[in-house]
Amino acid sequence: MSSVNERITQEIQSIAASMLESGQVAAFLGYSQGTLPGTMQPFVARDVEDAKKFSWNSFCVINLANYLPALLRSLEPPRRRGEPPPEGPLPKVGVLATGCWSRNMVVQIQENQIERQRAVIVGISSRGMVSRRKLEAAVGYREITHIEEQDNSLLVRGDGFEETINRWDVVRDNCQTCVHPDPVIYDKLIGSLSGDRKIPDRFRQVEEIEALSVDDRWQWFQNEISSCIRCYACRNACPLCYCPTCFVDDSRPQWVGKSIDPVDTALFHILRAYHCAGRCTDCGSCESVCPMGIRMRLFTKKLQKDVLELYGFEPGLDPDAPLPLSTYKMDDPEEFILTHIKKGDKK
Amino acid sequence: MKPLVLEKEQAGHWLKGLCNNFDIFAPLPTDKGYSDWQKWDGGDLFDVAKGVPKSSIKTFFFPQPEVLFQFNARASAPDAFRLREPKCQDKPRILFGVRPCDARSVVLNSMPYEEDPYFQKRIQETFIVGFLCREGCSTCFCKWTGGSPTGTEGMDVAAIDLGQVLYVEILSDKGKRLVGNGFFRSPTKDEETEAKDFVEKAKGQALDQDVASILRSKGLMHLYDAPFWNSVSEPCINCGTCTFLCPTCYCFDIQDETLRGKGRRIRYWDSCMFPLFTQHASGHNPRGDKLKRVRNRFMHKLKYFPDRFGPISCVGCGRCVRDCPVNIDIRQVLRSLLEI
Repeated sequence: MSSVNERITQEIQSIAASMLESGQVAAFLGYSQGTLPGTMQPFVARDVEDAKKFSWNSFCVINLANYLPALLRSLEPPRRRGEPPPEGPLPKVGVLATGCWSRNMVVQIQENQIERQRAVIVGISSRGMVSRRKLEAAVGYREITHIEEQDNSLLVRGDGFEETINRWDVVRDNCQTCVHPDPVIYDKLIGSLSGDRKIPDRFRQVEEIEALSVDDRWQWFQNEISSCIRCYACRNACPLCYCPTCFVDDSRPQWVGKSIDPVDTALFHILRAYHCAGRCTDCGSCESVCPMGIRMRLFTKKLQKDVLELYGFEPGLDPDAPLPLSTYKMDDPEEFILTHIKKGDKK
Repeated sequence: MKPLVLEKEQAGHWLKGLCNNFDIFAPLPTDKGYSDWQKWDGGDLFDVAKGVPKSSIKTFFFPQPEVLFQFNARASAPDAFRLREPKCQDKPRILFGVRPCDARSVVLNSMPYEEDPYFQKRIQETFIVGFLCREGCSTCFCKWTGGSPTGTEGMDVAAIDLGQVLYVEILSDKGKRLVGNGFFRSPTKDEETEAKDFVEKAKGQALDQDVASILRSKGLMHLYDAPFWNSVSEPCINCGTCTFLCPTCYCFDIQDETLRGKGRRIRYWDSCMFPLFTQHASGHNPRGDKLKRVRNRFMHKLKYFPDRFGPISCVGCGRCVRDCPVNIDIRQVLRSLLEI
């Protein structure tokens, strides 16, 4: 294990243990080692002994904010729907947060999904998480049976091969273009903050697609989602997707067909992306969990770019800044609104 | 029938000759880095990668979706809502390069689908050319589940890759129809020894226990009430990755779709990981939280299915282990169930 990760792991274990021991939190949400190289499992510790299982490395790819609302609810005394929570403070949860995870917690606070005072946030400045897919590509898709992480490299072994891969080369696209690696809100910090990064071409991937003709773009989109199996891992790994009933599961009316007709699949992906507009922090969970390797993150990245250009807004940076798509201002930009299209007009 | 040998150089010609009467599918590389089932385009396919392709072969027997029947949905039409058999223009299919675990999954799925005409028709029209495994991946565990890297259950033809040649065993009448066109010869003594050697040396992680009979002997409620279900299910995000990639998950839902007066009833993949799977019309959901759903998936595969049919409903392909976003590992669950 790299020395950075080792230090972070030790601190997580001791912070979690002391918070659980003192009763400051009823549960602590972090990561434990998975059963395969390059996989980590989100893990909830409920006693001091459990805290020894926490671990940290470059494969913590799922946004922990995703688990927070349900975990907090699970600690509340059971009550009927609509009944107010009991008087007095409710149990708290300790949770790890990198830049994007903390920004999603800010969005969750703004959208009344969690209460700030019930989350004890332990911030970690992110060094970027590794894409398992990029790593597999880097070793020619041979099966990886062992990964040893150094500070800036990964020693990767498999049957009959051993290679040292530069860590940054296989860091996920969203992390490589991330400008806010530091936690935005936190109660405790592990390590130090590293400051905002300057990435002049952070939207390059989106711009390349924008430069295509309308037909080529549609082709690109259809090709990208052609392998979708509608498992909804992207939706379920996303901390923004908390609707009690998702539009794909509605039956009256039914908005979208249930099998893998390309029209239905396209509708799902377009609507999912639009629901995230102005809220997505580009944490990359969706893309990391997709079993089929679809780069659906690029859809939300495009909307992130649009929201930044139109409203000068980046989600989750300021708990007091209103979300642009749920507030109205007299001077809101509106030139993208189609007022009328004449018959025969070309787009 | 005696084993035969096919020179790999001849194999392309052999398969091309079959293209008139069959659609041929094989695990072929995709632009996403993994191999997946695709229609064979005449290219090189005889170096079948070790392990299994991304998707299982269930899609050939249990397509996503299956059209059960069609109807005219215009109420004014003379044949309004009269049910018609779906038009099926598929040619019979050859699945080339099926691993023993996937081939065995067809046998297991046939048990609950014994009387399903759609499933059975597709089995009749699909020819499985299996490839035995010399070695598996770290996520392969077919031997735990009652299979074997050199098992031939479910195959019509079983091939052993000996480098220059494929050593072929014909296992069914359907298999005979495939090899009857002159490209095959009898094996030499050396080839026979090599094939025998291949089978003897084939590796595979094993548990020295009869998993299915141990699980059958355990009390259902004892396993259902096991203390570990909360920790197993806690990281689950309730996506359908495990169930959709699994070769032996076969649950479905049914729906009528109408578009511009044309109606069809489809059967499409459903997943016990989704809350909607058990949602009642009343609003009540007997498996409303994820612990119950995760438990059901494992209990179905490892207890309810063996109780009803004998074997466990898992072939050890390792797809769910490999692609679960949160690394819920069925091998750990299986071990926990055996121990309790």
